[in-house]
Amino acid sequence: MKGTAWKFGNDIDTDIIVPGRYLIYTDEETLASHCMEGLDADFDRKCKKGDFIVAGTNFGCGSSREHAPIALKGVGVSAVIAESFARIFYRNATNVGVPLLEAPGITKIIENGDEIEVDMDEGIITASNGEKIEFKKLPPFMLEILNQGGLIEYLKNKR
Amino acid sequence: MPTMSEKILAKASGKESVEAGDIIIANIDIAMTHDLTGPLSVQSFEKIGAEKVWDPSKIVIPFDHQVPADSIDSANNHILMRKFVKEQGIENFYDVNAGVCHQILPEKGHVVPGNVIVGADSHTCTHGALGAFATGIGSTDMAMVFAEGNLWFKVPETNRFNITGKLQDNVYAKDVILHIIGMMGADGSTYKACEFAGNTVSDMSVSDRMVLCNMAIEMGGKTGLVEPDQKTIDYVEKRSNKPYEIFKTDLDSDSLNIIDIDVDDLEPQVACPHNVDNVKPVSEVDVEIDQVFLGSCTNGRISDLRDAARILKGNRIAENTRMLVIPASREVYSMALDEGLIKIFVDAGALVSAPCCGPCLGGHTGIIGPGEVSLSTSNRNFKGRQGSPDGKVYLSSAAVAAASAIEGRIVAPE
Repeated sequence: MKGTAWKFGNDIDTDIIVPGRYLIYTDEETLASHCMEGLDADFDRKCKKGDFIVAGTNFGCGSSREHAPIALKGVGVSAVIAESFARIFYRNATNVGVPLLEAPGITKIIENGDEIEVDMDEGIITASNGEKIEFKKLPPFMLEILNQGGLIEYLKNKR
Repeated sequence: MPTMSEKILAKASGKESVEAGDIIIANIDIAMTHDLTGPLSVQSFEKIGAEKVWDPSKIVIPFDHQVPADSIDSANNHILMRKFVKEQGIENFYDVNAGVCHQILPEKGHVVPGNVIVGADSHTCTHGALGAFATGIGSTDMAMVFAEGNLWFKVPETNRFNITGKLQDNVYAKDVILHIIGMMGADGSTYKACEFAGNTVSDMSVSDRMVLCNMAIEMGGKTGLVEPDQKTIDYVEKRSNKPYEIFKTDLDSDSLNIIDIDVDDLEPQVACPHNVDNVKPVSEVDVEIDQVFLGSCTNGRISDLRDAARILKGNRIAENTRMLVIPASREVYSMALDEGLIKIFVDAGALVSAPCCGPCLGGHTGIIGPGEVSLSTSNRNFKGRQGSPDGKVYLSSAAVAAASAIEGRIVAPE
């Protein structure tokens, strides 16, 4: 996977990812149009399909709103790469089919706008200057869920 | 030797014992979703192709976030959820006139010690105050629970906060938990069960213990917990006929990390924008405020209303400040009426609204605009949480909120 890295800081909470006033909506397109709007009102237009979010520690902290990973999926984010993730968000993102890659040290080697490459099989992220960093590879069952677009599709296909 | 989380999860998964790190499938005693996360849960449930929920007596659905409906979209969400309740025969449905989910669940007797409780709301950890294992989940996980009645969990390690000392006047459970979150950081207990123990917690009411557990998520906690005692039993037996089982932590547990906290000299605390772990003593904060919000699943209970009314009685809210009081449930509202508290708030110039989540998550009522400052007794002060991303939210106890409303700036009660 190749794409542009959009870099954010530590403790990016789910209110930043989708503010509370939009939780009355459930469709991917509407939620995507408000993704990250508290920090960058144009994010949904800048982010292209296949791009990455790179962030610091505790990404996705706060509420259990599944609207947050749905919005990220909607803007086309192919993976979120962070120093660490909050717990409920981790489950929700996997369930809706957004891969989360935990890569301690990632914020030191990636700058906003860098073109990066992610090798899911090898567990390696390559920065635009060629610098490489490892991430914790996802277990096969989780990859399977993600490849099929989320837990519900996975279960439907299994039946 | 196991922690109380390990004991509860062992029982719920039908095992002799489980250890932190084990992946288990636990049977769920209560599953809660509300008007804001409910529609996604129902949509996922339908996508799975499930027809009937596993047990309509174990699902609780309160409407609390957008009540009464403030837009056609909210009204549509309510219609969708009422239809689901009817079709599935959900026995525990609370419409727009009941109150905030995390007050309704314990108040109506749905929570008893030893239960495993999941809610499609991150503050579900509140219910550990009654000795249950309670945690927030997303809508897809909730759909799985609706269909199967169980869910996979990783058994957490435990951070046990051993809180000792006597709280000074005007220092409350909210100050204790803000102090702990400030100390631990926003990810200081990620994936851990957060147990609150020690003589300070023993001295606290069940309501105060709910304040501690409610905010465990703000340091990343999977759940908050307090070991049940006579106060727990008195609270539960008054409200529930459900059988319960009391579990306590063995202090020699391998998965236990004990953190000692002395609160003898603790001052009232405030969480400053835009993170809950940005905590300072009130004496170090001098900020003018546009809005005060007294309410929420953290501090909208009768004891909070009493604390605030005691300070507000005979006073007026500052000219350039507005105050919004929202009791956490109809029961709390009714008690506040009987005790004359509502009159004190109204006479002081506050707006008193019907039970709901209010401005807490900036989606319904009391939204703040650009440049405005809110002082709130709720649990989160994230950027944009109560409306404009250019607004600021501070968090405090009910007493600090009331004293500050009179002065128009953040102050400690005298």
